[in-house]
Amino acid sequence: MRRAINVVPGSGTRILLALLPFLLIACLYVVVSAERRAANPGDKLLPPITEMATSMDRLATEPDRRSGHLTLWSDTTASLQRLFIGLGAAAAIGLVLGLTLGLLPVASAGLSPLVAVVSMIPPMAILPVLFIVFGLGELSKVVLIVIGIAPFLVRDLAMTVAAIPSEQIVKAQTLGASTWQLMLRVALPQAMPRLIEALRLSLGSAFLFLISAEAIAAESGLGYRIFLVRRYLAMDVILPYVAWITLIAYFLDWLLARLSRRAFPWAYVRETRR
Amino acid sequence: MRFGNGRFGFRALSAALGLSLALLAGGTQAQPKKEFNIAWTIYVGWMPWPYAADAGIVKKWADKYGITINVKQVNDYVESINQYTAGGFDGVTATNMDGLTIPAAGGIDTTILIIGDFSNGNDGIVSKTAKTPADLKGESINLVELSVSHYLLARALEAAGLSEKDVTIINTSDADIVAAFKSPDTSTVVTWNPLLAEVMAEPGSAALFDSMQIPGEIIDTLMVNTEVLKDNADFGKALAGIWYETMSVLTDPGEKGKTARAAMGVMSGTDLAGFETQLAATKLFATPQEAVAFTESEDLIKTMDLVRTFSFDHGLLGAGAADKDAVGIAFPGGQVLGSTDNVKLRFDASYMKLAAEGSL
Repeated sequence: MRRAINVVPGSGTRILLALLPFLLIACLYVVVSAERRAANPGDKLLPPITEMATSMDRLATEPDRRSGHLTLWSDTTASLQRLFIGLGAAAAIGLVLGLTLGLLPVASAGLSPLVAVVSMIPPMAILPVLFIVFGLGELSKVVLIVIGIAPFLVRDLAMTVAAIPSEQIVKAQTLGASTWQLMLRVALPQAMPRLIEALRLSLGSAFLFLISAEAIAAESGLGYRIFLVRRYLAMDVILPYVAWITLIAYFLDWLLARLSRRAFPWAYVRETRR
Repeated sequence: MRFGNGRFGFRALSAALGLSLALLAGGTQAQPKKEFNIAWTIYVGWMPWPYAADAGIVKKWADKYGITINVKQVNDYVESINQYTAGGFDGVTATNMDGLTIPAAGGIDTTILIIGDFSNGNDGIVSKTAKTPADLKGESINLVELSVSHYLLARALEAAGLSEKDVTIINTSDADIVAAFKSPDTSTVVTWNPLLAEVMAEPGSAALFDSMQIPGEIIDTLMVNTEVLKDNADFGKALAGIWYETMSVLTDPGEKGKTARAAMGVMSGTDLAGFETQLAATKLFATPQEAVAFTESEDLIKTMDLVRTFSFDHGLLGAGAADKDAVGIAFPGGQVLGSTDNVKLRFDASYMKLAAEGSL
C-alpha cells in the first residue's frame, strides 16, 4: 500500500496546492465584504477589492495634494531607507561583536553578560528615553531597529563562532595563524552565512520596530500611513499597505536566501532538496 | 473584543476581521432592546459620564425607563469611536469633527444627542520658538494629524495668511507628545488638555493660538446610533436625564459640587485644582436651554461647513467622496448641509429640549 508520506506532488500540483489557501482566504474575504456592504453601503471595515485597487492606484499614480509626492512610492522609499540603514548597522555590530565575543575569551568574559542583559530590554519600553536622547527625527527610528535586533545578531553569531570545533582553531594555530588571521580566515567565512540567516529571521522584528517608530512620530513611511488613516478607519488603504509590506518582507527574505547560497555555496551542500 | 492597545496595526487588523465576522454572524437588525452600551474616554467634558455611573445617576434614570445602560471606559479615544462605528457600542463621546469623519463617513447614521461643551482654550498651539501663528512659517510642528489639533492648526494658519504648505507636519501620537516636546529638535506642538498643561509647563514655551480664538468650533458631544435611538426613544430620554442631573451636580457652587468635581478630577488622573483649570478652558453648557440654543443657532451650520471642508480637503470623508457634500449633515429645523440622500450625521435638539421643559 502506498503510504501518505511517500506521496510527493509534482511541480504543477505543488504550485496549485500553494495557491489554494490564498484563494480560499481571498474568497472568504470577498464574501464577507460583500455581505457587510449589503448591510451598510458606506461600510469601511472590509472594503471590496475593487475599492482597495482604486485607492492604491490613486496613492501610486496621483501626486499628493499637499506634498506633491506619489504617496505609495515616497512612503516605501522612506521606510526602506530606515530599514536598510537599521539592518545594515545592526548587521555590522552583530558581525564585529559576534566574532570578537565568540573568539576572544577575554572579550566574552567582559561583554557577554552585558549583551545578554541588554538583549532583554524591550526597546518599546524605553522609547520616551530614546526620543529625548536621539530626538524625534530619522536617527531615533533607525536606533530603535538597531537596539531591537543587534543584540540578537551579536548573541547568535557569538554562539556560532564559539561552536567552531576546537580542532580547527588548534590546526590553524599550528599552521602559524595569528588571532587576526584566525578571525578573518577561519571564523569570518563560517559566520557570514549564519549572519545572513539571522538577518532573515530578524526581518519580521525589524519591520515591527520600523512601523512602531513610524506610528509614534513621522511625516512619511508605510507605518506612518497606516496609523494616519487608521484615524478614520480607511481599511481600503490599510489592507493593501499591509499586503505590500508583507510582499516587501517576503522578497527581502528571498533575496537574502539567494545571496547566501550564491556567495557561500559550501555552507549549503548538505541541504536536502525536496 | 478589543482592538488591542492601539499601537500595533497588525493586531488591530486581525481583530477587525474577527470582529466583522462576529458581527456578520450576529446580524445588524435593529429591534427594541433593553440593554445599551456607551463608551467614554478621558477628557474634561466627558468625565460627567463615569461620575454619573459611579454616583448612581445612570442607574436611577435607566430604571425609570426600565432599561439598562452600561457606561464603559475605552483607553484610546480613536479606538472608542472605531468600536462604536463597528457596532460595539450604541453611543460614544466624541467631537463633532470625529463624529463626521469616522462613523458618519463610514456609513453609520449617527445622532448627536447631547452637546456638552465646546473647547474654549482646551486645545492649543505651543512653541519654544514662535510667538505668533505667522512665525510658524517653515517650522516643523508635531501633532496628531487629522485630529482636532490639525484642524486648530489649519484655522490658525488661515488666520495668519499661511497655508499648510508653509509648515512641516509631523504626525505624533498623543501618548508621546509630551516626551516629544522635551526633545531638543521639537519646537512646536499642537495638543489638548491635560497634555496641553504639561507642555505649557515646559520652561520657555508659549501658547500662540488656542481654541478660545475659534469659539464653538471644537464641540464635545455624546453621539448615538440613529437606528438604535429611533427604536428606543427611552434610551435617548434616559441619557438626557442623566446628563442634566449630573450637570446640576457638577456646577453646584457648594460642597456637593466640589466633591463631584474632585471625584471627576481623580478619575481623569488629576485632582480638584487640575480639573477646575481644565473646566475653566471649557465652555460647558450647564443647562439644556443653553445647549438647545447653541444647537439651533445658525453658527453651528457655519462651523460644520468649515469642519466638513477641512475634512474633505484632507481626504477624511473617504476615497469615494467626490466633494464635501458627500455626507449629509442635518440640523434642527430640517436644514441639511450636503447630500440630502445621504444624511449620516444629525444634530438633534429634541432630547435636550425635553430636558429643558422638564418633561423627561
